[in-house]
Amino acid sequence: MAEQRIDEPTGTQTVGHEWDGIEELDTPMPRWWLWTLYATIIWGIGYTVFYPAWPMIEQATKGALGWSSREQLAAEMDAAAEEKAPLTLAIAQIPIERLPEDSRLLAAAVEGGRAAFKVNCVQCHGAGAAGSTGYPNLNDDDWLWGGDLKAIHTTLEHGIREPGNDATRMSQMPAFGRDGLLTRTEIEDVVSHVQVIAGARKADASARRGAALFETNCAACHGPAGKGDRTQGAPNLTDAIWLYGGDRASLVETVSNARYGIMPSWSNRLDPVTVKMLAAYVHSLGGGEEFVPEDDSAEAADAAGKTPDPVEQNVQPR
Amino acid sequence: MDTAFTRSFGWLVAAIAAILVALFARDGLFGFHMMVFAAAGIVAALASANQIGLLRPSARDLESRYDDQLIRIGVILTSFWGVVGFLVGIVIAAQLAWPVLNLGIEYTTFGRLRPLHTSAVIFAFGGTALITTSFYVVQRTCRARLALPGLARFVFWGYQLFIVLAATGYVLGITQSKEYAEPEWYVDLWLTIVWVAYLVVFVATIIKRKEPHIYVANWFYLAFILTVAMLHVVNNLAMPVSLVGTRSYSLFAGVQDALTQWWYGHNAVGFFLTAGFLAMMYYFVPKQAERPVYSYRLSIVHFWSLIFLYIWAGPHHLHYTALPDWAQTLGMVFSVMLWMPSWGGMINGLMTLNGAWDKVRTDPIIRMMVAALAFYGMSTFEGPMLSIKAVNSLSHYTDWTIGHVHSGALGWNGLITFSCLYFLVPRLWGRTRLYSLRMVNWHFWLAILGIAIYAASMWVAGITQGLMWREYGDDGFLVYAFADVVAAMNPYYVMRLAGGLIYFSGALVMVFNIWMTIKGRLRDEAPMTDAPYDAAADRPLPQPAKA
Repeated sequence: MAEQRIDEPTGTQTVGHEWDGIEELDTPMPRWWLWTLYATIIWGIGYTVFYPAWPMIEQATKGALGWSSREQLAAEMDAAAEEKAPLTLAIAQIPIERLPEDSRLLAAAVEGGRAAFKVNCVQCHGAGAAGSTGYPNLNDDDWLWGGDLKAIHTTLEHGIREPGNDATRMSQMPAFGRDGLLTRTEIEDVVSHVQVIAGARKADASARRGAALFETNCAACHGPAGKGDRTQGAPNLTDAIWLYGGDRASLVETVSNARYGIMPSWSNRLDPVTVKMLAAYVHSLGGGEEFVPEDDSAEAADAAGKTPDPVEQNVQPR
Repeated sequence: MDTAFTRSFGWLVAAIAAILVALFARDGLFGFHMMVFAAAGIVAALASANQIGLLRPSARDLESRYDDQLIRIGVILTSFWGVVGFLVGIVIAAQLAWPVLNLGIEYTTFGRLRPLHTSAVIFAFGGTALITTSFYVVQRTCRARLALPGLARFVFWGYQLFIVLAATGYVLGITQSKEYAEPEWYVDLWLTIVWVAYLVVFVATIIKRKEPHIYVANWFYLAFILTVAMLHVVNNLAMPVSLVGTRSYSLFAGVQDALTQWWYGHNAVGFFLTAGFLAMMYYFVPKQAERPVYSYRLSIVHFWSLIFLYIWAGPHHLHYTALPDWAQTLGMVFSVMLWMPSWGGMINGLMTLNGAWDKVRTDPIIRMMVAALAFYGMSTFEGPMLSIKAVNSLSHYTDWTIGHVHSGALGWNGLITFSCLYFLVPRLWGRTRLYSLRMVNWHFWLAILGIAIYAASMWVAGITQGLMWREYGDDGFLVYAFADVVAAMNPYYVMRLAGGLIYFSGALVMVFNIWMTIKGRLRDEAPMTDAPYDAAADRPLPQPAKA
């Protein structure tokens, strides 16, 4: 053990310990260090007085401010809902097809839809709504079930082929290969024909044989010219847009085993105003079509005269 | 001779037992790991029978005052694991910037390589450095040879076996999904055995010391060993699905599990990466500076306050979650109070240079130590700041946290370990000096530049992320989709990769320098300080005219 000595460069006394040549100085603790330590301790005790802190037998102390993270969240959500209340009410009251009449309201609905889309829809349709294999691109004007505001809204509300929903968009293409409706060669021929009407192939013997098969097996839904049918969600086969791929292998797979894409019913997951705003947003992406009343007598008059009661529509402020 | 035979035979029996268990394994992965155990057992049997030269103490070791064989191996392994850990870090940083580098193979996905990186740097690089330096420091500060030399070898190599089991487990997909505690139950049991043996060796060496007092570095090592044992055992309490299978279920569930996990996780930072590395600092900084420790009293007060406060700070990892508000308060308040106790170590380290500040200019090893302490100070200020709920609500789940841990890990843990290695190598191999001091200087600046780019890019990335997530437009609707924020991070991820590469290149310079020093080469180079003293220029500044 070394003797206590005065360390020359600092003029401080050593403690008198020594290990492998290491000594220790008897420097007092820096005052600023000590006082800051005390200050944080005092602050800490003070904080526990004001905020939930000390665990007791039943529950912890609630703190003088009565703050809780759940109540803070609820208050913030309420404030946000209240700020949006006039807009929410207005959108709830207007029938979806009449939204374009109020350009300010439409713009706000599109913004709200844009936000909801980022949270709920991007997972399948992509951040830019451009879709991917099996998930339609929402930016183009090629609509499976209709592209006017009301049609989009119905699709969103009830989903596509959602199990257990009677109002859902429903249709099912037969699996021509799997179910033995067409032979492998026949399927190849039909695909040849489809490629011809899509402009991806020159007419040949295979395609001519396919044309006849198309007439009997496919035209009922896709139409004699293959232009599709929106009432059945049957895609237009004459353009370059393919949901599941337009190459030969993908088409053979589609005709052989069919496809059965599903979108959930959003009215089960989101409030009616958000669903409306989503419809407005998707409609605004570029391919939105103008709403044309189907039956101009009774239904249109009905729509114009009656505004739905917001309570009936189950409007939730949040 | 007889004990050697018995030992060797014992290891062989253990190896055969492991092979038998492997035959009955419920899943191939468990069988594979049992075969790793068996291979280790066979190596141990050969080593016990003195059949492996490398694992046999040389005549020099047996004659020298201290038992340094393990320490020399430890220095090499620390450098090796450092390079491995940094390299995996670079790979996953590149994967974040360019996801195609996941390669579409399960073994090379980010999810499996990330824990490989964290464990390689914390447990393989950091852990080996801690065990190695603790064996070096405890012998010298106790003036005693390592107690139980056979058990010490078991600890050292047993820990390396743990690293191999953990690392192969990550890549093969064996995980219990607890951060920094991913290895499954049987690997945890193995580590428990090794760790208890470590405690026994360390305490036994302290008990046979020839010094009246226990040096402060040993307090910190002991706190690190004891607390890590407790943390490891409690957090890994689990019920195996089968005694011959990899899977197990944790004893804890839901928010209790989360709290236990982060009590463990935060104290892995506190006692592994802080207390353990402070122990290194308390020996190597005064040794390299050749100055007394600044304040004995400060070391006592900051040691006990650090130990007492750290253990409560874990809940700050669970702000604004299902964790009850009172527990969140606990985590935040203790984290803020932890600020000064953490800084006590920085002050004691930096102020030890009092009377030798000149060495920051002349000695690149001291410069590296000072930078390590500076990063330690920055990280331990940033930590309490991030634990404040208002700050945390912005920073949580963002890359700010990644920047924070890397300023600590690269700056504090990395630099202090490198400087200890530079201190140790010439002494352990009996060289007059390092191969090149100028290369240490190169390493220093590469490391600093790398950390600066890494940390700055992650700070900007993190704050950008936090702000984008909470960005609401004028209409009160969310502005960005999650994927928009991911896309916005890309340039920062590329920058981070650049920082990592620069830091890594510094480590390669170190490996070369250490390699050459071990080979006994001395680089012919100009001295570090090239500013000659000019007495004529050293004049007092002109006095201001009196008013």
